[in-house]
Order: sequence, then C-alpha cells, then structure tokens
Amino acid sequence: MTSSPSTVVTLHDAVVLMGGFPLLSGVNLDLEAGSLSVVTGANGAGKTSLLRLIGGLVALTSGTGRVSDIDLKTGDLRELRRRVGWLGHEGSFYDDLSVKENLVFCAKALARPTNEIPGVLDRVGLTSRASMPAKLLSAGQRRRLGLAWILLRRPALWLLDEPYASLDDEGRTFFDQLIGDVVTSGATVLVSAHDPLRSSALHPRTLTLAGGLVVGDRS
Amino acid sequence: MIRTALLVAAKDLRIERRSRVLLWQVVPFGVMGLVLSGLALGPTHAGHSSAGPGLFYLVMVLVALLMINRSRAVEGSTGTRTSVATLGLDPAGVFLGKALALAVELWITGAVLLAGAVLVLHTALVGTLQAVPSVVVILAALAASGTLYGALSGGGEGPATLLPVLSLPAFAPLLIAGERSFSAALRGGALWQWWVISIVALAAYLALGILLYGVLEDS
Repeated sequence: MTSSPSTVVTLHDAVVLMGGFPLLSGVNLDLEAGSLSVVTGANGAGKTSLLRLIGGLVALTSGTGRVSDIDLKTGDLRELRRRVGWLGHEGSFYDDLSVKENLVFCAKALARPTNEIPGVLDRVGLTSRASMPAKLLSAGQRRRLGLAWILLRRPALWLLDEPYASLDDEGRTFFDQLIGDVVTSGATVLVSAHDPLRSSALHPRTLTLAGGLVVGDRS
Repeated sequence: MIRTALLVAAKDLRIERRSRVLLWQVVPFGVMGLVLSGLALGPTHAGHSSAGPGLFYLVMVLVALLMINRSRAVEGSTGTRTSVATLGLDPAGVFLGKALALAVELWITGAVLLAGAVLVLHTALVGTLQAVPSVVVILAALAASGTLYGALSGGGEGPATLLPVLSLPAFAPLLIAGERSFSAALRGGALWQWWVISIVALAAYLALGILLYGVLEDS
C-alpha cells in the first residue's frame, strides 16, 4: 500500500465486522493532512464505524488501512488512539466531576501543564461553568466540554461524530468557526453529520456513505 | 504505571466522594446485611460470635460486588470509554488505580462492618482488632480480583448479573482464607499460614491484572 507523504488516512477495501454483521463493507478512502471532510449518510450507513476505525477504536477485519503512519492491522492501535481527538455525540467525560476537574484529569493523563486549562475554557466559552458538575451541563455545553478535552490534547487528527446533534444555531456557528480554525492550523478534521456544514467558507470534502460503502465523494 | 495508577485512583475516589454512593447506599447495605445475618442466627450470643468472621466476609463479598459494578459504571457510557481510550493510558496503571480506589472503599466499609461485627455479632474486640491486618490484605485481594473480573464481565456494557457468576468462584478462596484468619485471631491461634495465603493471592491477582487488564479492555 502506498500513499503520499501528506496522506494522513488511507483505507483500501476496509471491512469491519461486528458479530458477523458488516459495519463497513469495503471502504476506499484517502484523507490529506490539513483537510476537512464531512461524512454524511442515513442512520446505520457506517459513519460512526468509519470514524472509530480511523481512530483505532475498532479492529479492521479485512482490507488494509494506515492512519498517521500506523498500520491498522499490525500497528499499535493504542498509540494511534493517543494521536486522535474524538468527540462523540454522547457524553464523553465524568459526570460527577466538575468541568475543570475533567480537564485536569485529561491534562494530567497526557502529562500536559494544567495552566493551559483556563485558556481552553475561555476558548469554548465555559469559564463561568468551570466548577459546575458535568452532569448539570446542557447538551451544547457538554459538547463544548468535549471540545475542550480535545483542545487540551492538540491532536493532528480530529474525529467529530455528529457534533451538531441537538445544538442550537449559536452552537453550530461556534463549531463551524472552531473547525475552521483547527483546519487552518494544519490539523485534519473528519466530521460525521446528517446535514452538510452550514459555513460554505469551510469548503469541506463531502463523502456519502450507504451500507458501509462510500457511494459519493464531492469536493 | 504508578503515575497513571495514582491519577485513576484519585479520580475514582473523587467521583465516589461526590456521588456519595458509598456513604448512603453501600455502607448502609452492608450494615443491614450484617444485622439481618445476626437476626437469622437467632438470639444466642455464642452462635453469633463463632459465625461472625464468616458472616463478615460474606457481607463484604456482597458489598464488593456492588462496588465493582459501581467502579465499572464510572466509565459506563460508550462516549466516556472512548474518550478515555484516546488518552492512551497505560492499562496496567488503570488496573492498579481502579483496584486501589476499590480497596480504599472496601477498607472504609470493612472498618464500619468490623465495628458492626463486635456490636451485632458479639465478636471479641481484642480478637477483632488482631484480625485487622489480615482483613486489610484480604480486602485488597478482593479489590484486585474484583477489578479484573469487572473487566472480564464486560464492564459497563455487560449485564450486571454476569459479574457475580464469574467472580464468586474466584472470591471463594479469599473468603475461606479471610474467615480462617479472622477465626484464628478470635481464638488466639496461629495466623501466619493465612497471612501467606492472603498475600500470595493478592500478589497473584495483581500480577494477572497488570498482564491481562489491557487485553480485556480492548476486547
């Protein structure tokens, strides 16, 4: 399998089975460094599975794949997971800890200085909620906390699984702006979404999935 | 590994302190279990005293099952597990940290229940105090094996009923060693052979956990 030096993700005939059921049925995909791509498709099309495969969170059953220079079949998937930032559409932190305590845990786990936390909280607009338990946050605020978790990590590859779900207009605009900033900084972003991104200024590549296959690819 | 263990243990204990599940649910459950055991034995003090060590450990095992499920539920949601997975924490450190937090919780509950054994089951105070070191080791072994079997039973995603079925056979030797050492302490007999068995069991479960926890989590 060959890929250009700027290719962050390469999948060739990638199949993922779970309990004998195909989640991905032979995906072929290349993602360039510093690109923004949106994966769309109906429920069950394989959007989340594709992101989880790229993040090293599910095993590749057959085919070949390489993400951030790590082979999905023979490489160290734990190392791959360290290199990606993941934002799920559900809660992705500890509900009984405060916003700040969640970020302190994340920073310490990554051996990052905790003095970056105030800046990150400010960036996602959660400074006033720093001492609030995560379980009391609204859906949009929880999503922002998930983003803060990723911002602390500064990964080269961002995997955002339906980040717009149950967000209001302000939240969607905030996400669009932040995604734009992240791509401008050189990171690669892959977003799964039911709808296209609102901001046309982002010019994302749009991949359409159906039945675990890429059936559309539009730049 | 030690840094990760301390980080995870501090996080689990902080969550427990916030949620107060140990204080308001687990400890009262244990006390009620001990009182009911005393009632089931009838009014004879002598019978209570001789059965005290066995009843103490039986109630501790039931308490441990509750707390193991609770420990797993902290990372119960898929989103939280995924986010934590992308931190790339050393699984051996995670195992040690979760086992340490569970051991601390069991020690606190054990202290209350030992006092309960003196008051309700009329175990001799001096003998009960002499049994404390062996109780500390046995509960630590229970925490280590419980953390391992919690991962084996599927963690937050597995059915809660699977944990007792899998773990009780593993707990049985610990329960026997604990009962014998506690009884020997009450009789003023030799304790060293039960000490050896308890410490070997603790070392074996710690070694197994360090080796297998990552594999179980990934599967």
